[in-house]
This record gives sequence, structure tokens and C-alpha cells, in this order.
Amino acid sequence: MLTITNLTANAGGKPILKGISLTVNAGEVHAIMGPNGSGKSTLAQVIAGHPGYEVTGGSVTYEGQDLLELEAEVRAQQGIFLAFQYPVEIPGVSNAYFLRAAYNEVRKAHGEDEVDPLEFLDIMAKKLKVVEMDEAMLQRSVNAGFSGGEKKRNEILQMAVLEPKLAVLDETDSGLDIDALRIVAEGVNKLKRPDNATIVVTHYQRLLNYIVPDFVHVLAQGRIVRSGGKELALELEERGYDWLLEPAGASA
Amino acid sequence: MSSQIESLVNKEYQYGFVTDIESDAIPRGLTEETVRLISARKNEPQWLLDWRLKAFKRWLSMTEPRWPNVKYGEIDYQAQTYYSAPKSVKPLQSLDEVDPELLKTYEKLGISLNEQKRLSGVAVDAIFDSVSVGTTMKEELKKHGVIFCSFGEAVIEHPELVQRYLGSVVPYSDNFFAALNSAVFSDGSFVYIPKGVRCPLELSTYFRINAADTGQFERTLIVADEGAYVSYLEGCTAPKRSTNQLHAAVVEIVALDDAQVKYSTVQNWYAGDKDGVGGIYNFVTKRGKAFTNSKISWTQVETGSAITWKYPSVILQGDNSTGEFYSVAVVNNKQQADTGTKMIHIGKNTKSTIISKGISAGHGQNSYRGQVKVLPKATGARNYTQCDSMLIGNQCGAHTFPYIEIANNSATLEHEASTSKIGEDQIFYCKQRGLNAEHAISLIVAGFCKEVFKELPMEFALEAQQLLGISLEGSVG
Amino acid sequence: MTAHSNYRELFEAATHGVAKDWLPSLKIAAIEQFEAIGFPTTRDEDWHFTSVTPIAERIFRPVRSSGTSLTSDDVARFTYGQEAWHLLVFVNGRYEPSLSSFAELDAEAQVMTFSEALKEAPELLAERLGTLAPSTQAFTALNTAFMADGVVIRVPKDVVIETPIHILHLTDAHANGASLHPRTLMIAERGARMVLVETFATVGGGAYFTNHVAEVVVGAQARVDHYKVQREGGEAFHVGTTQATQERDSIYHAFSFATGAQLSRTNVYSRLLGENAEVRLNGLYALEEAQHGDHQTYVEHIAPACSSREVYKGILDGTSHGVFNGKVFVHPEAQQTDGKQTNKALLLSEGARVDTKPQLEIFADDVKCTHGATVGRLDEMAQFYMKSRGIGADRTRALLTYAFAAEVLELIELEPLKAALEGLLFERFIPPETA
Repeated sequence: MLTITNLTANAGGKPILKGISLTVNAGEVHAIMGPNGSGKSTLAQVIAGHPGYEVTGGSVTYEGQDLLELEAEVRAQQGIFLAFQYPVEIPGVSNAYFLRAAYNEVRKAHGEDEVDPLEFLDIMAKKLKVVEMDEAMLQRSVNAGFSGGEKKRNEILQMAVLEPKLAVLDETDSGLDIDALRIVAEGVNKLKRPDNATIVVTHYQRLLNYIVPDFVHVLAQGRIVRSGGKELALELEERGYDWLLEPAGASA
Repeated sequence: MSSQIESLVNKEYQYGFVTDIESDAIPRGLTEETVRLISARKNEPQWLLDWRLKAFKRWLSMTEPRWPNVKYGEIDYQAQTYYSAPKSVKPLQSLDEVDPELLKTYEKLGISLNEQKRLSGVAVDAIFDSVSVGTTMKEELKKHGVIFCSFGEAVIEHPELVQRYLGSVVPYSDNFFAALNSAVFSDGSFVYIPKGVRCPLELSTYFRINAADTGQFERTLIVADEGAYVSYLEGCTAPKRSTNQLHAAVVEIVALDDAQVKYSTVQNWYAGDKDGVGGIYNFVTKRGKAFTNSKISWTQVETGSAITWKYPSVILQGDNSTGEFYSVAVVNNKQQADTGTKMIHIGKNTKSTIISKGISAGHGQNSYRGQVKVLPKATGARNYTQCDSMLIGNQCGAHTFPYIEIANNSATLEHEASTSKIGEDQIFYCKQRGLNAEHAISLIVAGFCKEVFKELPMEFALEAQQLLGISLEGSVG
Repeated sequence: MTAHSNYRELFEAATHGVAKDWLPSLKIAAIEQFEAIGFPTTRDEDWHFTSVTPIAERIFRPVRSSGTSLTSDDVARFTYGQEAWHLLVFVNGRYEPSLSSFAELDAEAQVMTFSEALKEAPELLAERLGTLAPSTQAFTALNTAFMADGVVIRVPKDVVIETPIHILHLTDAHANGASLHPRTLMIAERGARMVLVETFATVGGGAYFTNHVAEVVVGAQARVDHYKVQREGGEAFHVGTTQATQERDSIYHAFSFATGAQLSRTNVYSRLLGENAEVRLNGLYALEEAQHGDHQTYVEHIAPACSSREVYKGILDGTSHGVFNGKVFVHPEAQQTDGKQTNKALLLSEGARVDTKPQLEIFADDVKCTHGATVGRLDEMAQFYMKSRGIGADRTRALLTYAFAAEVLELIELEPLKAALEGLLFERFIPPETA
């Protein structure tokens, strides 16, 4: 589904990603872990097409096409979804309107008819249950005045509505209490299908108790320094990141 | 992203066409003779001519205000034509007699004067250059005692009302442009809602400037008698021309005891091209006087004009009266706007609300200028003001000049203002959900303006949102 | 003869002391500029709500007498009980060494009177004086033309002056009908730190006119805390202009406390020239009877990523008239500007009046600027609450007024000054409890 080969990227002229290679197949869950500043979030943003990062080398292939050639909205329409670490507030625009606009863009891209507000409400009713959210929140402005937990749940609601092929969850666990974490993780699990894939970017192992990864990759100083199975996450929980950093530093 | 924002490409102004119609215009220039000529063309009574001449005399002694935060060259008042009317328009004609060419013009503007195709629930007075082409739904309104007609017609048919209220809110000596208007105003709309009547239709005037080098100086007078209610809409367009045209209107609203007047404007005069060539100079005086327990509400969406100079105001004369001002002002390319309101609290327990949303894009300069004045006797006066500015691109400017003058200690006043840029993170967030940049901007801007749009009548709200989309079109890549 | 042409005559008559050539020419240029612009009128946008006619129509001559009857006891009333502070006392505009107490200064910092500075650091004076506060403003021009004495402070690179420097401007009966034009020049070089307190007060000065100008240079990474306490006499006139410039990463905090003068105008301006500089302009004014007090602030964001914070509060009683005009100007290059301004006025009496104009002018798009203004009476709920707890109406009013004011005093970081000003307010607003 997604093949990243030797990807390098800069932010503000400074190299952040220094050669990332990663393959994600349908049905898989990958966890990307690493200390602060390792480039985890940058990787998520580059996959989504954030204009603030400049790709300086390497390639990203998604479903057989050159992903880096595509505008951010086209990537979204083709099934890439980024759950933001800091979901953005859009005052005055209702959640319902925003979601329907996004939903219709995806449908249009697939040559399907747009849905009207009433049909959309039916679709929403089901999706709201996935994240245990109240219908009233559809009338509130996008993320405006939401608590941290509500924002993250809103991200998962959007994911449920847009049904992406590849979901990238960027530190979705940060700032969540244990109940909210459970709701968010269960939401993600319910949406898992054999034909989609998930990349979970996280600093802590905690989230991985709920969303069990098939692969764990450790990112440090812009490189993947170790890959393994889910047991790697547990090892990191116990030993921290330092033991992995030294060899990377020494080889530099 | 910001380079995308800067790459401005403008969608064509869709109302920029010219109607080819034979006009009867008076010679260029402005002298006492011009004033007499206009008055004579309109068969006006002596008292109105006298009033015009007093205004003209006063105007000669005044100087053009230069305090607004806008820049433009010298206006040659002698190079303008002050009266131009399509030859085919006869005084007091019925709608069946209207020149098909004019009907077609209004069709093209989306306004049907034809009885069958009309928007239901809206009565329209169509003003073309200096005269009214026709007014729809007059019979329906007559049943309720509502008078809705061109100003010229009102002078002849209802002189007592016109004489009583003309200049009672905006005296001819008020300011330079008001004095000019009082001297040379040609036509406009007149509305009278009798005591206790809730006007069953939305009343609307559609202004069109067609002739070249011609100013439009219309005068609107709305009188809501005790306990009456009316909602009035105003729309404006003009052809694309490379010279600037002057539009100096005066609108007076009188809301007698317990009356309510809601006045909505969607102003889409030609704004000039992307280099700032051409466009309308929109120098307008709008003011309402609110008597006891009455309410006057101004809602405006300003997207057009090269220069806008406009402060729809309310004199809160009577106790418990309310004034409201809801405004969205958009400037793009080289447009400049200096707009806002004045709320003058005179009566006790008077209340005013000001919500202003300014959007600046391209090289546009947008100023909010607002005055809240509480006089010593206005015990219990309250004001809430919120003025927010949004900047799109880094060549534009946003300016806020609030004047808060409080001389009564029981007044409560709150003023909040903010300026921020359109969030690139917001745009990226929308794009990540599959919306393109243009769609993202219009969504974010519509959200920003929501508090004002919800004050507009339904048909207008939709038009306003579309208009906003068009005026900002191309402000992102 | 017009009001301001009198000043040319006075200027010609005055002896401007022995000075280097540049000084007379600076002064001549200033008086010429003043003559050209004249006193401002209410038609000037920045003076719309304040008429200076009472100043313009009188002729204030320079103080003639050089003697003073003031004693150290008189001085002690205005020193906030702080004997350890460096104290420079000026009486009727002239430095009084006998009343001043000046301990040894840290490191190579220089604190000089004008005449000392002309001898010891003429280049510094020649280079800086009048460059921050230009004579394009009438009162600044007048000050430059007539300035006779003042203080020059230079804190060199990385020097920290722990002890506050207090400049106390006093007047006595000799000042009646006269004008004073004191001047302050303060230069904090890179990484320097200092605290300056300027107090204006009187012991029987009558109807005098203080026209003060302070120029403040805040170098990179430097921090200056600048407190101004204006307690002029009830018949007096006070115009004061503080003009600061700030280099990158600097902090300038100016606090203005004003209760005096029949007519006063206080300008505080800062130009943010270097990235990431921070300015805090705070103030409190309390006026009564027919006092007129006008505060103007102007923050000019020239460099990117600077922040400005302003909190001004006013308490107006009697038929007093308060004016606040806070302008924030953001240049096109000043991206990532973060500006916040709050301005509140409390009207205690029916005759009190306030005019406020918080103004934003923004030419950059990546900015976050807000301002808020409120005008009103004391909170009725709070009054009711206190009354319901058995506190009398007068005392309730007093306590709530004090609380309104005390909130802004919290922004003063110089503890003894904060305590002293709180004390002043307490005396003013809280009547002694009668048994």
C-alpha cells in the first residue's frame, strides 16, 4: 500500500528526516515510536502533504502512484487520513457542515454522487456511536472550545466518516485520560479492516496496549534505528530510548 | 502556502456589462442651474427646490473630508453628470410599460421585475442611473397601507410625509457628501409603514449605475410609524469602467415609538480591476433615528467599490431604544474601505450592539471606524462591540479606530477587537480532509462571518456567501 | 501675539548655560520646530479629547529663584521609605545635592546630572539626546528648547544595577506660575538591567507646569523597569513623554501611576526594533473633582516576533475626565507580532466622563492582536454580595474601588513601591472605620 524509500525532508531549512524506509501493507498496524524531536510527527505530516516540510530526497509510493506529486487534498481524497496531534479550530463552521463537505469531496473524487444534509445525518448517527459522542456536537463549530479529549474523539469520528485506506494517528494519545484513551483506541479498532492500514505515531507504549501493532519502529534523529514486533514496544517501555540512541550517535 | 495565498487571480466581476440604451442626461458640471434643472425634470414642488438650493449653497462652503483612512485622487465635481435617465422611462409608468431592454438588464442581474417570475415575498424598486424603472407588488402592499415607491413619486403623491421627514435624520448640512446629495439627489426609494402594521413583504431596492461618468445620488427615506415593522434590502451593481464613478447616497430611517426597522445591504458596486483602475467611490451617509422602545438594525455585506466611506449609524433618541450594526467588509486587490458605525445614546436604557468583521486580501486596506457615545442623560446605556479582522496575504492592512466616549457613569460598555491571519494550519487541516484551498478559505471565511450572515434575510444570506466566495476567489492558489 | 510665540521671547531671554556647540543648535532647532507646529488643538487626532488651552493661554516662565526651603523631611514623604535606593532630588527643576543620597554605584555604570554629563560624557549626550524623542511633537520640542537639568544614566554591557534609582522631581512655592522642563536619558546596553523610579510631586508648588521628556534605550537582552509616579499638585499641569526603543530580546516595563495635576497628559511610546523584544505598558490613574487626565500609549512593532502587553485602568470621580488612547501599529515586516491590550475605566460619579480609543493598525498578516475596553460602574452583584454580608454601602464601594485598582498594581514588580502605592490608594479610597 505504502512504500517509503530513503526519504529525507527539511523543516525551515533544517534536515529532520534523514533517510526513512518503510513498507506498510493492507491489514497491518505499524507503530512509530521515538523520543521527542526524533521526526515522528514530521513523518506523519510529510505523508499527509503539509506544505511546511520540504522533501529533499527519496520517494513515497502509495497504491502504485508517486504520493509526493499529489496535493494534500488529493491525498485525502485517495484515502490518506491524518489524525492531527493538535486538531485545528475553525470557528463558525459547524462540525456537521465540515464533515459533509469533506465526505462529499471524497465521494466526488470516486465519481459518486454527493449526499444531501438529511442522508448525511443518517450516516452520522451510526458513526457517532463509534466514538461515543453526542449528536449535539455536530452543531458545534469544528473543534472550537472542545476539550483536548473531545478534539481527539472528533478526529476519530472524522476518520470513521471518511473511511480511509491509510490512517496516520499522530500522537493521538497525548493529553488523553485513560477513559478517553480507551474510547479513542476502541474507535480505531472498530474501523480496522483487512483492506486498510494504520500507522500509529506515539511517544508512549500505553496506547499500544489498546491498539496492538504488527510492527514497531523506533525513530531517532531522523532515522529508523530499530524495527521489531510488538514486544519491542514493551522493551522500550522498560528501558527507555537511550540504549538505542547511542549507536546512532556513534555511527554519525 | 503563503506564496499560494499571494497568487491572486481574479474571477470576472459578473455584473460588469453595459446596457445599450438611449439616455437623457443633463450637461456635465454642477451649478445652481444644475440643481434647478434636476428639480424641474422631476416636476418638484417649490419647497423641495428651495431645500436643494439651501443644500447646494451649504455644499459650496464645505470641504471634502480627508480624515478617512483611504487614499484617492482629486474628484472633479464639474466633470460629472448629475442626472441621467433612460429615455424610455416615463414618470409613474406601470410595470407593463417598462422598456424590455431594461427588464433584460435586471434579469441579467438576477432581479426579475416580471410579475410571474418574481421572488415571492419580496417587493422590488429598481433604480437605473437617476430614476426608478418600476416598483413591483405595489397593489399587494397598498392593501396593508404600506407605501413603497420611488422617491420622485413620493414627492408628488405623499408630499406631507416627505416634507415632514426629509432631512430630519441627516440634515442637508450634515457633511460634505450629504450636502451634495441633498442638492442633486435624483431618485431613490420611499417607504412608509403605517401604525401597527407589520409589512408583509421584504422590501428591496436594486440600484444600478449604467451611464458613464455619471454619479448616482439616490435618497432613501424609510418611516416606520408607531409599532410598525419592516425589513428592507438594498443591492447595488455597476458596469466595469476604467474611470471612477461617484455614488453619494443618503439613507434616512425614522423608527417611531415601538417600531422596528431592519435594513440590509449587499453592496457589490464595481470595485475596479486588480491594479485599482476604475471602480465606484461609495461615499454614503446612512443614519437612523430610534424613538422610544424602537429598534433599528443595520446589516451590511460590503464587497464592492474601489473606495467605501460609510458609517450606518443610529441615534438612540428614545428611552429603551436599540441600535444594531452587523457588518462584513471585504477588500481585495487595491480596494479601500473605511467603514463602521456611530451609536449615539441619548435616551435612557438604550442599547447598542456592534459586530464588525473585516477581511483584507490582496493589497486591500480595511478600516473599522466606530463611535459609541453615551451622553450625560443616557442612564443605563449599554453597548457591546466586537470587531474582528482577518488578513489573507501579507500586502494588505487592517485598521481599527474605535472612539468610545462615555459621559454617564451608569453606562456599561464592552469592546473587544482582534486581528489575526487566516490560519495556514486551518487551511491544511481542511485540505487533509479533502477540501481544496479555495473551498477551505471560503469555509473559514464564512465561519468568521457567521454572526453577521445570520442577521441577513434568507435570500440575501445565500447571495452574500456566494459573493464573498467570489470576492475572495483567487486569493489562494 | 499667539500663545506659542511667547516662548521664543522666553527662549531668547534664557541663559542656556555653557555648553558644547551641538547643544545650542539642538535647542534652536527645537524652538523653531515648536514655533512651526504650535500647541496642539482638539482638531489634532491625538489630542481630540484633551484641550491644552489652559496651558497655551498662560505664560509659564522658567523658575527664577534658585534657593529652596525644602528639607530632608519634606523629601522623606516621597521616598516610599526606601533609604537604600539611589536618590536624586530635583527641586523646581534643579538638582539638589544636599537632599540627594547617592551610594556608590555598581561597576562602571554612570549616573550623572546634565551638567556632569556635559563634562564627563559629552559624546554620549551629543549622540543620543533628542534622537529618540524628536521635536516633531510640540511639548517635546518645548522641553528640548528649555531643558536645563536632568539625569543621564548609562548601564554598560551585562551590568546589573540591583538597587533602584529614584529621581524625585519636587516643586515648592517658587515654582508657582513657572514651567519646568526636566529631561531623562537612560541607556541600558546589551544585557544590562536596571530599575528606575521617577516621581513628580509638590510641596505647595501652586499652578506650575511640568513638561518632562524621558528617552530610554533598551539594548539587546537588556531589561529596564521604569516606574513613573505622577502626584503633582491639584493646580498644576503635567505633560510627560517617555520614548523607548528596544533591541532584540529586550524587556521594557513602564508603569504609570497618576493621581495629580488639574490637567495632565502622559505619553508612553515604545518602538520595537529588534526581534523577540517584549514591552509591557501598564498604568493606573485615579482622578477626582474637575481633574483631566489623558494617557496615550503607542507601541510600534517594527521587528518580527515581538510581544506587547498593556493593562490600563482608570478610576474617575467628581466631574473628572479621563482619556485613554492606546495605539498598536504593526509594520509589514513585523510578522508573528503578539499584541494584547486591556483598558478599563470605572466611573464612580454621575459627572465623571471617559473617552477611550484603543486603536490597531496592522500591515502584517501573521499577527495576533487583541484589545478590550470596558467602561462601567462597580459591579452591582458584588456590591449586593458585600452588603448582604453586613458591610455598609460606603465601605462596600470603597473596598470594591480599591480592589479594582489593586489588581493593576499587582503588575508592579518592585515590592516596596507596590506596597507604597497600595497604601496611597487605601488612604484615598478606604475611609477609616468609625466605631
